[in-house]
Amino acid sequence: MAVLSRRRRAFTLAGVAALAFAVTGCGSSDNSGSSDTSKPECAPYAQYKVDKKKTVSIYATIRDAEADKLESSWKQFSDCTNIKIDYEGTGEFEAQIKVRVDGGNAPDIAVFPQPGLLATFVKSGKLKEAPAPVKANVEKNWSKDWAAYTTIDGKLYGAPLGANVKSYVWYSPQLFKEKNYQIPQSWDEMIALSNKMVADGIKPWCVGIESGEATGWPATDWVEDIMLRDQGPEVYDQWVNHQIPFNDPKVVSAVDRAGSILKNPKYVNAGFGDVKSIATTSFQEAGLPVKDKKCGMHRQANFFSNQWPKGTKVAEDGDVFAFYFPSIDPAKGKPVLVGGEFPAAFSDRDEVVKVQTYLSSPEWANSRAKLGDWFSANKGLDLSALANPIDKLSAQILQDPKTVIRFDGSDQMPGAVGSGSFWKGMTDWINGKSTTDTLNFIESSWPK
Amino acid sequence: MSSVTAAAAETSPLYRPEATTAAGRVRRRLTSRTASVVSIIIAVLWTIPTFGLFVSSFRPEEQIKTTGWWTFFSHPQLTLQNYNDVVFGQSSSQGQMASYFINSLAITIPAVIFSVSLAAMAAYALSWLDFKGRDWIFIGIFALQIVPLQMALVPLLKLFSDGFSIGGAQIIPAVSGDTPSTAFVQVWIAHTCFGLPLSVFLLHNFMAELPRDLFEAARVDGAGPAMIFRRIVLPLITPALASVTIFQFLWIWNDLLVALTFTQSDNAPLTVRLAQLAGTRGNEWQRLTSGAFVAMLLPIIVFLSLQRYFVRGLLAGGVKG
Amino acid sequence: MDYDFSDDIQKIWPMLIAVGAFAAVIVGLLLVLDVLPRWGRHRWHVLGFLGPAMILLLIGLIIPAIRTIYLSFFDAGSQNFVGLENYGWIFQHTETLHMLRNTLLWVVFVPTLSTAIGLLYAVLVDKARFEGIAKSLIFMPMAISLVGSSIIWKFIYAYRSEEQDQIGLFNQIRVWLGLQPKQLLLDPPINTLYLIVIMIWIQAGFAMVILSAAIKAIPSEIVEAAKLDGVTAWQMFWRVTLPSIRPSVVVVIMTITIATLKVFDVVRTGTGGQFDTNVLAFEMYNQAFRYFDDGKGSALAVFLFLLVVPIVIYQVRTLRQRTESR
Repeated sequence: MAVLSRRRRAFTLAGVAALAFAVTGCGSSDNSGSSDTSKPECAPYAQYKVDKKKTVSIYATIRDAEADKLESSWKQFSDCTNIKIDYEGTGEFEAQIKVRVDGGNAPDIAVFPQPGLLATFVKSGKLKEAPAPVKANVEKNWSKDWAAYTTIDGKLYGAPLGANVKSYVWYSPQLFKEKNYQIPQSWDEMIALSNKMVADGIKPWCVGIESGEATGWPATDWVEDIMLRDQGPEVYDQWVNHQIPFNDPKVVSAVDRAGSILKNPKYVNAGFGDVKSIATTSFQEAGLPVKDKKCGMHRQANFFSNQWPKGTKVAEDGDVFAFYFPSIDPAKGKPVLVGGEFPAAFSDRDEVVKVQTYLSSPEWANSRAKLGDWFSANKGLDLSALANPIDKLSAQILQDPKTVIRFDGSDQMPGAVGSGSFWKGMTDWINGKSTTDTLNFIESSWPK
Repeated sequence: MSSVTAAAAETSPLYRPEATTAAGRVRRRLTSRTASVVSIIIAVLWTIPTFGLFVSSFRPEEQIKTTGWWTFFSHPQLTLQNYNDVVFGQSSSQGQMASYFINSLAITIPAVIFSVSLAAMAAYALSWLDFKGRDWIFIGIFALQIVPLQMALVPLLKLFSDGFSIGGAQIIPAVSGDTPSTAFVQVWIAHTCFGLPLSVFLLHNFMAELPRDLFEAARVDGAGPAMIFRRIVLPLITPALASVTIFQFLWIWNDLLVALTFTQSDNAPLTVRLAQLAGTRGNEWQRLTSGAFVAMLLPIIVFLSLQRYFVRGLLAGGVKG
Repeated sequence: MDYDFSDDIQKIWPMLIAVGAFAAVIVGLLLVLDVLPRWGRHRWHVLGFLGPAMILLLIGLIIPAIRTIYLSFFDAGSQNFVGLENYGWIFQHTETLHMLRNTLLWVVFVPTLSTAIGLLYAVLVDKARFEGIAKSLIFMPMAISLVGSSIIWKFIYAYRSEEQDQIGLFNQIRVWLGLQPKQLLLDPPINTLYLIVIMIWIQAGFAMVILSAAIKAIPSEIVEAAKLDGVTAWQMFWRVTLPSIRPSVVVVIMTITIATLKVFDVVRTGTGGQFDTNVLAFEMYNQAFRYFDDGKGSALAVFLFLLVVPIVIYQVRTLRQRTESR
């Protein structure tokens, strides 16, 4: 009988294979395999060429439509240089990268969304220092702040890839025009605006922090943005580096200020329900009621522009736009919370170096920018290539030497806190836990 | 022997002898009716969730995200777009499921064959071959079921990358996954390792129930253990083999963690692709609905085709005849 | 529809070759074992049958298990010896204690209810007309991957506020009954129970399949004899069926218990361990893979292992009894 089931299995296999043939048999497109590297448009890539066909693997968190754009952005490079880029995007980056590195199966290049995580791998000795051409590019095209994020013990490990600006509040220009709302220039004006909206019958804020394993991260962005304004960049740095404890009264003040909006049943959660619904509303859909004018404001980074349905006009006079999340005391300056990704290499093979160099060059930045909905802090980025007004605005902010930039705090903290207890703590906080209890919990989880 | 098995086929635990009287007949019909009703209720409850997904997979994206799937019956709106995207779409944001389907097949079928065969042999040794420490080895294998998969992934991966050497002498060579011909070897070995404890345990339980007389009879006839294994044990435990095969197939086909660790993007099975489809948007439910069903199709077919092996009566009169 | 099949064909060949090679090796092994000379025969038989499995188990499970026990006594980076500190940590925090409580709830409800429902159903549809289809319906959740299950139950548990249309069945029923929709997965400890329902939904099929095979294996003479004695269906179940399949019922309960202790995917996709739904296996994954604390992760794994010890002891006793009675 065992033999029979084996034969039966063979038949099933043959049957399925035949089925697969039939179903997909139509059209086996000719692999446009031959890459002619001597074409004229390949001239700018001459420095990156390799003789034999080589492959470089890149592992990152970017998926879907953005991943498609990424792959298009380096297609010409790939064709002209004989270097095939094997890209893999995943939602399990943080967990899987450790498994792969420990198991000896690391990708050639990994794009880290958190400098803190990158630092962990530097400490384990597995990451290679950035090659000389990359170092040169970084010195030329990035400010010292950006270079600092991947510089550990004085050594640079990677050039930033893309960037995002997080201190934005999305709103509907149409709604503001209708109700004669003014863009608030300070925190107090923003609160006054919120109260005005309440009086007009519109819930002023919509928030969502659900994000699978990363649930809670948008709330940490709120706290970081407010910390920058409530206490200032120096205290922010102390907080991120654990020079003051997580449950320090200064932090309590910032979190409570966030709570004055996030935990206020009069203000939230427009379009979704009560305060607790914030914890179960996904971040991708949280801002959508703004477009339908059911929600007044949504605080979120510029990358939220990817979430609007097709056809939404993102412009100052369009369906949706964003204004700068105001500071509490405008006289003290306008700090900006930013985020970004950092590719770093586990290998120093020639072709890997070449790919890294290309990715840190303005050529690649412009190639990617042309495809839309993206920008970077690369000073060589041609702003006119940015079609989306939000991206233009963000790039301008980043390139302005007067802006005080701070990188997302939780991304710099050690993994156990930054991608662990801080996220979890904020989710519990939304669900009713007190500020003191939450901060005590996070403080106790900071690795010694 | 055939008459006894025929009688066995007729027997049901719910058979009641008073069925010959009128009242008895009514009572019997009522009981079997209660049985039917209860089983139908359970079946319906169990199927509603999946049915909901099935209906959703044919609904347009807008509808899925804003209204419940039961409204389908009042306002039917059908689309095959979800399936089209998922199976034939070529870009990162769409399915390409056909390729991954092949990968899943290539991973699952050999792994199932390897693990069930080795488990059957091991279970046989543990139930009918006498040797010292046999019981303790069995307990040990049983206890290994609890070893969490996550803990075993990294050491195994390291072993594959580096091989195993003592003092410079390579005892086990590194198994790379680079060439197409060796792409799946790692994941086959991994799945076989992880599937052994439960399979050995289940098969051992069935094998241990076999009557001793059968073995005595065969031994008297001069058969060696290997022959007994082939000719007697295997045919008799067919329902158990079928069950274990199904469970292994399902477990390996639906596995995500092992595949994520031991395969790369080109060789990844359907589950990995499905998880990716959840996307950065996380809300692309419409693709997930159809994707889940495409992934489910083969396991259901496997179950249906193998489950008839359960139905055959087992040992009814096996010795008497 | 530009799908290129030629790439994938390359994968089919290695598979067929691998299976063929394996089959050849096994058949060869069995033949060789048959024709061995008398002396030392028994030893070779044991090695031949048990050997391959043992080697794989050694490299795949035993060595990692030992390594895990070793790591549990070290700190996060596995550099410094910390003794029993990681184990103490488990019992010192509210969060971890809640996690243990939740795990207990899972272990109490899932095996018992899944087995009960699976058994009931197996008995009811045994020899019924549409037995095949009936069993397939209950078994189907096992065929759906966990990603699929999580999507399915999203459509049951989803929440929308009162003004909007409901997209989750549970809340829709609440609305039809005039109640407010609720966010089911937010409030502990009942949210754990809702997750447990998902696991029962999946595991009942497993129980049913095994117990169905066991019911069919009941020797017909016993059933005949009972009928001749004139038993009711109820009595038949309690006095004949259940005792006869008792070993299988125990196997099922034990296996499901172990599977429940390892449960991880359901919690991860359901709530991400938030809102106090955390369980042992999920926390283990968190510590080891997200917080990079191998020490605590390993300690949790060892603790999990210790929880299984009672089951192992029970299994030892059953085994002893069985060998004695053979």
